[in-house]
Amino acid sequence: MLGYRDKCRTFGVRLIKSRTDKTMAHAKQFELALVQFAPRKGDVEANFASVGDAFAALADQSGDFPSVVVFPEASLSGYFVEGGVRDVSLRARDVVTRLQRLAKTNAPKKAAFDIVLGFYEIDEEDKLYNSALYATVGAETGLRHVHRKLFLPTYGVFDEERFVTRGRNIGVFDTRHGRAAILICEDACHSLSTTVAALRGAQIIYIPSASPGRGMEDFEPANVRLWREIMRVAASEHGVFIAYAGLVGFEGGKGFTGGSRLVGPFGELRAEAPFTGATIVRAPVDLEDVAVARAALPALGDLESNLPELIPALLAAEGEGGGSGGSPNGRARRPATKSRAVKKKARR
Amino acid sequence: MSSAFTIVRAEAPDDAPAIDPALVERWLTDFIRDELVRRRGIHHAVVGVSGGVDSAVVAFLCARALGPRNVLGVRMPYRTSSPESLAHAALVIQKTGIDERLIDISDAVDGYMAQEPDASSTRRGNVMARMRMIVLFDQSARINGLPVGTGNKSERMLGYFTWHGDDSPPINPIGDLFKTQVWVLARHLGVPDVIIDKPATADLIRGQTDEEDLGITYAQADRILNRLLLGYTVADIIGAGYPRAEVDLVKRRVDATHWKRHLATTALISSTAINEFYLRPVDY
Repeated sequence: MLGYRDKCRTFGVRLIKSRTDKTMAHAKQFELALVQFAPRKGDVEANFASVGDAFAALADQSGDFPSVVVFPEASLSGYFVEGGVRDVSLRARDVVTRLQRLAKTNAPKKAAFDIVLGFYEIDEEDKLYNSALYATVGAETGLRHVHRKLFLPTYGVFDEERFVTRGRNIGVFDTRHGRAAILICEDACHSLSTTVAALRGAQIIYIPSASPGRGMEDFEPANVRLWREIMRVAASEHGVFIAYAGLVGFEGGKGFTGGSRLVGPFGELRAEAPFTGATIVRAPVDLEDVAVARAALPALGDLESNLPELIPALLAAEGEGGGSGGSPNGRARRPATKSRAVKKKARR
Repeated sequence: MSSAFTIVRAEAPDDAPAIDPALVERWLTDFIRDELVRRRGIHHAVVGVSGGVDSAVVAFLCARALGPRNVLGVRMPYRTSSPESLAHAALVIQKTGIDERLIDISDAVDGYMAQEPDASSTRRGNVMARMRMIVLFDQSARINGLPVGTGNKSERMLGYFTWHGDDSPPINPIGDLFKTQVWVLARHLGVPDVIIDKPATADLIRGQTDEEDLGITYAQADRILNRLLLGYTVADIIGAGYPRAEVDLVKRRVDATHWKRHLATTALISSTAINEFYLRPVDY
């Protein structure tokens, strides 16, 4: 039987532990783990094995197993797969079945825990998506939510919309650890996305990501700094936790920056991994902090109050933006379902 | 008279492409390890060490990424090559502690060129560059290693290289660094000053220098290239104070050499044409 240190060597993992909270018992108080690693390109089996290795590394640590384990975008295949998407795509329910087996083998003592994991999905109609699921494994196995990436970057080094279909919704969902939302990478770069998630009730937003490092003028890549700033601004504006897990390693010369991190609802950086190297960050979460932050800075409530004025302006901007309101590739956009969702909430 | 206001005035941003050399060293050594060892299971790198700053930087990076004993530096002089280049290449090998091999390409080049006595100096230079690639790939096969490229972004953008010669190695750590950035990285890595400070030369023709060949300094070319790559038009750049002749020269070279930055143009016949319809990333 491999010990903790051996497992870490196998997985090449550095474990970073944020401050521990011994009183963690209530569902509002839990620990999450953010896993950053370099998948093997196109090798789904090897990448499931890496997910199992991460569970094993966590199980071998002293103390409780984390309640939520978060993996990056495209964890089961690597990010840049181009026309290979179909080869590596999976049904969400099949991913959950595999995760359940891995949990049973590698974390047998934990009764149940939750997983956020990014993967290329093929849906029941055989459409392909860049997705992330939220599932519970162990005693209460179940798929809680699948988020399909809306903002498919198709510029510069990115070419997503060529290969996968765009998601249409920013949904929130109840978990044993609060109301949550998932945004994938560029989804979260748009402040409106985190705004919608928070307005719909999210207390914690999970961001599986794959961010190629670029901008080497300072001591860290510029995209690492940008992501930290995006998260801190969004978290403090809305009073939400934001948990980010990023790929690492190089794919065809493009090196991903991990920097997996948890930002608290005051916008404070709770824990952060280095931007290179397989690492697991463990950090406690107390959702009561959300209420405290929102009482101290009621910006979300203020925003909600102003929605009747903002929504017409937003809908007007949809028609005005770029002169056509169309997408850059010329395809007409559907009426924004997210706008309708915000409107419904505003009427309450 | 004192004013009630404190005036804060921002400087116009310097458009010289900058890097943090410590970060870039870390990034590129990770890249070399990842691409060779993790992805390909190859533990040895082969670098053609010319005595110039580009190959010196690559030799230093490979030595740090893989350990000097896992790097083979190959010096490949032709009979007209500068003795100074050969000496500087030896200095790089000594400073890095990498393994070395000295292979004179004169006989191989002359064996072919004897049948082409009227060949221009450009043709002769291209044959030398391609001969060096033959040596590097063969030496790689000998030690189960991988040739590592040494072409910088400035020469790639200006088309100042031999197609399927200098650009052949399957990985290149410095191909996204302008020449001026390579100089900064070289100082940080401890490349000897004598190599950094001398005029850059391809050393294919006696006495040639890059900047004379190109008709512009790297310092100026890099600023113009950087602006072009960021999306500024020629008019924008001239409007920012750059001489029209220099901007035109750079733009002309960039536009005339797009083809050198691509694989062969292939006639499309089917809906499964490679890299047109059949799309897979290089590491798939």
